[in-house]
Parts: sequence; structure tokens; C-alpha cells
Amino acid sequence: MSPTDGAAQAAPHGAASQGRPVLSVRNLAKAFGSNVVLRDIDLDVRRGNVVALIGPSGSGKTTVLRSLNGLETPDAGTVTVAGPGTSAGPELALDFSAKVSKKEISDLRDRSAMVFQHYNLFPHMTVLQNVIEGPVQVQKRKRAEAVADAEKLLARVGLADKRDAYPFELSGGQQQRVGIVRALALKPQLLLFDEPTSALDPELVGDVLGVIQELADEGWTMVIVTHELAFARQVADEVIFMDGGLVVERGPAAEVLRAPRQERTRQFVRRLLHEF
Amino acid sequence: MPLNWDLIWSSFGPIVTGAVTGTIPLTLASFAIGLALALLVALMRLSRNAVVSGVARFYVSVIRGTPLLVQLFVIFYGLPSLGVKLDPWPSAIIAFSLNIGGYAAEVIRAAILSVPKGQWEAGHTIGMSRGQSLRRIILPQAARVSVPPLSNTFISLVKDTSLASLILVTELFRNAQQIAAFSQEFMVLYLEAALVYWIICLALSSGQSVLERRLDRYVAH
Repeated sequence: MSPTDGAAQAAPHGAASQGRPVLSVRNLAKAFGSNVVLRDIDLDVRRGNVVALIGPSGSGKTTVLRSLNGLETPDAGTVTVAGPGTSAGPELALDFSAKVSKKEISDLRDRSAMVFQHYNLFPHMTVLQNVIEGPVQVQKRKRAEAVADAEKLLARVGLADKRDAYPFELSGGQQQRVGIVRALALKPQLLLFDEPTSALDPELVGDVLGVIQELADEGWTMVIVTHELAFARQVADEVIFMDGGLVVERGPAAEVLRAPRQERTRQFVRRLLHEF
Repeated sequence: MPLNWDLIWSSFGPIVTGAVTGTIPLTLASFAIGLALALLVALMRLSRNAVVSGVARFYVSVIRGTPLLVQLFVIFYGLPSLGVKLDPWPSAIIAFSLNIGGYAAEVIRAAILSVPKGQWEAGHTIGMSRGQSLRRIILPQAARVSVPPLSNTFISLVKDTSLASLILVTELFRNAQQIAAFSQEFMVLYLEAALVYWIICLALSSGQSVLERRLDRYVAH
């Protein structure tokens, strides 16, 4: 379950934040015609750190996240992802100002894994098949090995008995936990979460957030787009507030969420915490 | 009108033989080839390349905009004037395959488009290429959606193969026609032919139900 494959990284966040950046984003920009969705976004995520992207809808936070997985192609800017492991592996650097090749996008996807708001499980596959599809079909790992790993991961999130169920037989919370396991099974450098609890019934949110909290405690490097500010405060090392395609404010979670410096952030946080 | 029972019984033999050696193989071969062609055309229509999708669009438009009988006649009676002489069977298979290719392409295209975009994205995010996502993620789901309309196409094809009698293919209806002409018992022979077509289509409909149930196992009921 650990991101570095055996070498457990249960370092507290304070120590982990000393690590080198797994992800560096510089000057990311994107526009649809005259509609600018991202301007000059910078982002650094150190190994074992959790960064929460918050902001109103349309602020560009999901576009940033999707760019990190090659689901959106920015017009300009660079994305650099460290190589696997703690050793200084080969870095992957994409410069979107130039033409980015399919191979580069595919390499970018190899290093990150996405958890979607609407889970996007494969409905025609069982839970187990969903989880081993990437490892077996894409990473060409041995099936038996992938199954063993998948079973371990499913047990970790309390879904061992659901391995042969189809997604429609699961609750939203269970489906999202499978979505998380499917991402973990790829052994990525970086986990990306796109509003992982927004589609869930309120009473199911806790299960999923619990799993994400555990992953954070284990030292996974994560970028999370979320509206759950209380959760962000608890789990994130850094919170970035975006609005209108810009980073309005960034800093340690407690500072940005408890004592925002910008008026715009203050309004947003107040509204979401229902403190009128 | 006294019924000629001897004729009724003795004519069933050639009619059923026509079904088994003509109608059914003609249908199966044309549907298989047509479906492969349809998948190709559907993917071409979904291509971002304007020329590729334009070619596919043109093909579908011609096939859907002209009568099947005319298509058959162009291939069997028309092509020889261009020096292309085809026997009845190859002519029929080519005409029916091209026809199915056009109709089923639209069904398959719609089925592919009906799969949510998030499924493509989930495929990409686990590292799959477009081709892999299509094969492993999208087409299995599109297949489920396209079974009912494709079954319609298939059942129509069974009946449409009777047109092949007009380009001299020995099949169910041609055998019925010949016996009718010889015996002058038109009503009896054509009703017999109709009955055999109906039985084949009933069998196909029940096959469709089985297939739909199988493909529905991963959908909430």
C-alpha cells in the first residue's frame, strides 16, 4: 500500500515536507477562445505532501488537476514529475508551450493516477477486474501478482468481500473506494483526486475521506480538489485557493482556512463553512 | 379451394433446403462481413480527420439513400458492363454486406457515443491508449446498447435476402417461386415461404433475448 513499495513512508508531514518535489508546475495556462481558464499557475508538491485545491466552480482547479493526468492539454507551462522511488530517478518534464507528444502524455499518466468525482468505474467489469485492468493490460504485470495486490488493497478499504461484485451492486461510497484502489494499484508517484466526495450521499462521505486520510498518513503524495474544507484543513499540508483561473492565496492549510489574508478567500471559506 | 396436402408436404423439403443452404448462410456471411465493415465505418465517422469522416458519411448516405434491390442489380447486372462479372452468390454477399455496413455503422456510432466520456477518461488514466480504451472499455459497453437495434437489422436482413432470388441465388424464396410457377399453387407456396421466414425470425428473436440478458448482467435492474 505504501507509495514507495515496501519502504514505508509513514513520516509525519513536518518531516515529509522536507522531501524534494514530486511535482512541479510552472506558468500553466489555458484558454478556450477568449475564455481564460488558467493563468500562470505554479504548484509544487513535495514527496509525501498533500495539497488541496479549493475554490468556486469554474475557478480552474479541476482543469489544473486534469492537466496533471493529461486529460486536458494546457496551452503553455511546464509540468515536471519526479521519477519513481526515493532515489533521484529520471525526471519527466513536459513543456506545453511546444507540441507535447502522445508518448509524453502517456509517460505523465504512468506517474499519476486519478480518482474521479463520479468514480468512472468500468460497469462491465467486476471490482477485481476494475482494479487489475491497468496493472495487467497496461503495465503488463503478472495476473496472479496483480490479483494478490488488488485483494490486499481491497481488504485495506474494507471491500475484500466485494471483489466479484459489479459496480452497480455497490453504494457510492464503496464505488469510490474501488476507484481509489484502482488508482493505487497503478503504484503512481502522485494521486489525484477530483472532488472525490461531491457525488456521495452525506452519510457516505466519511468512509471515503477516512481512506484518503489514511493514505495521507502513509505518505502518499496527493493533490486533492475538494469542497470539504474541514477535511482539507485536517489532511492537507498546503491549501491553494483559486478563483477565475488564478491562484488567489496559498499557504499552510490552517492559515489559509482559518485566517485567510485575501478578502475573496475569506468570503469563500465563510460561505462553505456556513459561517454567515 | 381443396388443399393439395401432397404438394404442401413435398414442397416443404425444397423450401427448407433453400433456407438452410441459401437464406441462412447468405444472412450469416453478409451480417458478419457487414458488421466488421460497420465498425470500421463507425470509427471512420468518429475520426477527427475531416476527409476520413467525410468518406464514411458519404458511404452511409449512399447506402441508406438507395434501395437495396437497386444496389443488388447494380452489382450483378450493372458491373459486367464495366468488365466486372460476378456470380450470383458473391454479388449477393457483397451487396448485403455493403448494405449492413451502412446501416449498422450508424447503430454502432450511436452506441459508442452513448458511452459516457468518463469511461474514455478512466481508460486513459489507467494508462490505456485510445485503441486499448476502445477495445477493452468502450466497445463492450457499446455492444450492450447496440444489441436491440442490431438485432432489428439482422432480422431485416433475413427477410431481405429474398431479394437475392432476383439475381438467381438459389435460396428459400426462389425455390418457393419455382414450385409455385410449376404447380400454380401460388397462395400455398408463398404462405409456406412466409411461415419459414417467420420461424427463422422467431428463433432469432429468442436468441436476442438470451444475448440481452447476458449483456445486462452488470446493469442495475
